[in-house]
Order: sequence, then structure tokens, then C-alpha cells
Amino acid sequence: MKGADYCVMLFDSVSSTLLAEKILKGQEIPHKVIPVPRHISSDCGVCIRFSLDLRNRVEPALAGKVEFREICAL
Amino acid sequence: MKKTVYLDNAATSWPKPPGMMEAMVEYNRFIGASPGRSGHTRSVDAGRVLIDARQAVAKLFGVPDVLRVIFTKNATEALNIVISGLLGEGGHAVVTGMEHNSVMRPLNAARSRGADFSVVRCSGGGELDPGDAVPLIRRDTRLIVITHASNVTGTIMPVAEIAAIARERGIPLCVDAAQTAGAVPIDIEAMHIDLLAFTGHKSLYGPQGTGGLVIGGGLEHAIGPLMHGGTGSRSEFEVQPDFLPDKYESGTPNTIGIAGLHAGIGFVSGVGIDAVRRHEKSLTARLLERLESIDGVRVYGVKDPDRQTAVVSFAVDGMSPSDVSFALDEEYGVMSRPGLHCAPSAHKAIGTFPEGTVRFSAGFFTTREDIDYAADAVAAIAARGRKGAGK
Repeated sequence: MKGADYCVMLFDSVSSTLLAEKILKGQEIPHKVIPVPRHISSDCGVCIRFSLDLRNRVEPALAGKVEFREICAL
Repeated sequence: MKKTVYLDNAATSWPKPPGMMEAMVEYNRFIGASPGRSGHTRSVDAGRVLIDARQAVAKLFGVPDVLRVIFTKNATEALNIVISGLLGEGGHAVVTGMEHNSVMRPLNAARSRGADFSVVRCSGGGELDPGDAVPLIRRDTRLIVITHASNVTGTIMPVAEIAAIARERGIPLCVDAAQTAGAVPIDIEAMHIDLLAFTGHKSLYGPQGTGGLVIGGGLEHAIGPLMHGGTGSRSEFEVQPDFLPDKYESGTPNTIGIAGLHAGIGFVSGVGIDAVRRHEKSLTARLLERLESIDGVRVYGVKDPDRQTAVVSFAVDGMSPSDVSFALDEEYGVMSRPGLHCAPSAHKAIGTFPEGTVRFSAGFFTTREDIDYAADAVAAIAARGRKGAGK
């Protein structure tokens, strides 16, 4: 089976998601705000997708600033 | 020549700064969608409008966690969340004698459900001696509410001293900043404010229908929401989420208004609150000096620009406040507010209940010429009142 290329970070609220987006933008970490994939959650909100190899940069960037619910590999 | 002089900024500021209305038009023209309700571009852009505005509010008041800024339609809604949330069917609150009905009415509603409150008496100038609050605190006191400045006399209240008393006893302090947010510096950490209720349509120069509550760490677990409903988050559950800001923000928000509020805050931040305060102090000094020199005019409050906002309450001997206010508007184009200003408690403190006062309230766009014109108009009306009384 082919390994995942991307992962998505899920947050409690859209406010948290977009706050995280601002922080990632500020630190120039490539990412994209996308609707939460249906197979991950029935939530109607958005999440942040980034390349799997950026995970080590994303998590420290957000630490202490905005809490996320979970990270899922796509 | 009859001018138009707007001196009712303590109710709603006018005019608004350049950019405020443009931000609202731009929002409606290019975004216009429901924030946080879908993943499409415009919905996400609408969500960005909210988070940007939240950050601007957080920066203005020194709030470390942006998500602790809750948007409401005004300070009244924020105060209702706090009062009805902390005083359910019991508990006790301590409030000052200068509070607005946005505090007194929710408190009385709480009292009818079994809660109670005590009022710290204020002086005839609307001043509070912080020591007077201490004996009123009970074992079941869950909340202290203090207005940052009176909407009747402009008197700035000793928030720091009351905060120290509250903190020592572990009681949450709620500050009603309706009259001061944007006009007087506020730093919630330095001032030890646990809950800050603010409105957007006064000194933040945003539109009506905007405001908010800054909620201190952990208090969201003690304060239930005023409304329950859709938040765009956790939609699979039919119960209200307990995280911020969604817990207190049900239903489609006033995104267009919040876009305007952000522009208003941008204006105030650009000018600098210290510069706003300096300008308003100088207008207040001029207004006090002019009104106090008129025969038959009584001015209320501390009468000290350093200790009040740009709000001045006065009365004219032999005339009702509503007659004075009507004559000012009808004959001189000067817009003021007569009566009790939704604050009967404050008028009782300064001895003007039930007839009330005439209130002039200046804003950043008020000029010294406006103040002189308004004072000349009061002088003319007062002279006429004296003549009438002498007949």
C-alpha cells in the first residue's frame, strides 16, 4: 500500500482552524484550508492539509498558540 | 447660523471614521457568505474576517488567547451572558451604585430566580470608595461588576482597586467597558479583569450591533451560554459545544458588522488611544469650563477631565432636561440626551432622580468649536429660562 502524502489537522472550531492558518502563513509553512474529508468526520467545517513531511514543523509552530483535535494521514 | 453638532457619542459615536463603511460594503460585495458553515472560498473568507477582528480586539485589550474574544451584538448581551451565567438560581453579586440597566436589569431578573446582589453606594460625584465594597462581600458572592466609567457623569471608576479586592477573595470581576473601550486604555492582564464586556458602536467606532465579551481563563466552565444553536462545529451533536468561542456564538454572526468593527478598531489603534484620550480630555475641560460659567446651570460629576470620560451631565434651573434637550436640537441643531440614560441607580447617587439631566458626550471627531457652539446655545436657553422664571 502506498504511504500517505498529506495529512490533515482537525480543530474544534473554524476559529481555531483559521487562527492556525494565520500562524502557518506567518511562518511560511505551506498548507491549505480544505473542507473536512467526509471519511474522517461528519463535521461540516474546515481543516488544514499539509504535506506529511511538514508535520514536524507544523506542530511546534502551533504549540501553545492553538489547540488541535487530531492529525490524520490522508 | 444653525449648525449640526452631535453630542451623543456616549450612546452611539458619529461620524464614523473613513474606512468603516467601506469595509462593510467590501465585505458584502466580495465575500457575503456565512462564516464557518462550509468549506468554500467565501465561507472561509468570512471566517477570516472574524478571526482577523478577534485578533484586533485581543491586541487592543492585551488578551493573550485570541479565542477568548467572544462576539456579541453589544455590551448588554455580554453582561447578560456573565450575570445570568454566574448567578443561576442562587449566588450573590456586588455591584456599584453607578451601573447601567444593562447590569441592573439582568441582576434583578437573577434575583427573581433566587440570586441576590448588593450595591456599593457612590458619592454625589459618582465616585466609589473601594473599601465600601468589602463589607458587602458574602460567602456566596460569585461576581463583582463595575462599570469602567459611568454613562451619566463619565466618572472613571477605581477598577484596579476593586480588582485587587476581588482577586484576593477569588471572586471573578466583570468590567462594563461600554463607555471606555477605545477611549481609555484597557489591559485586562495588568488590570486583572476576568470578564470584559465591550461594545463596538461607541468609542471603537464600529457599527451598531457589534460588541463582545473577553472571558478569562477557566470561567467558560462556570458560565453557561445565553443562547444555544448552530455553530458550524461538531454538527453531529445536538448539544452546544463547550469550547471557545463557539459556546457563546450560536447562529450566523453579524459578520458584516464585525468587518466594520475591525475597521473602526484599526482607526482607533492608528490614532492611538492615548491621543484619543488627550483630545477628549481637552474637549471635556473646555465643556466643563464653559458650562460651569453659565448662570443657572448645574454640572454633575467629578468635574475633572483626568477622572472622567468626555461625558458631562448638567441641568438648567427652572427647565426640565427634556425641554432643554429639545430646544438645543430644534433651535441650535445640538444633539444631546436628556433624562435618566438607562441608569436610574446612577441618577439616584448624584441626586437627579427622577427628573434626570441633559448629557453632552463628545467623541474623537468633536471639535472645540462644536463645544463652544453648544455651550453658547445652553447659555442662551438658560438666560431665557431665567427670564421666564422671573416673570
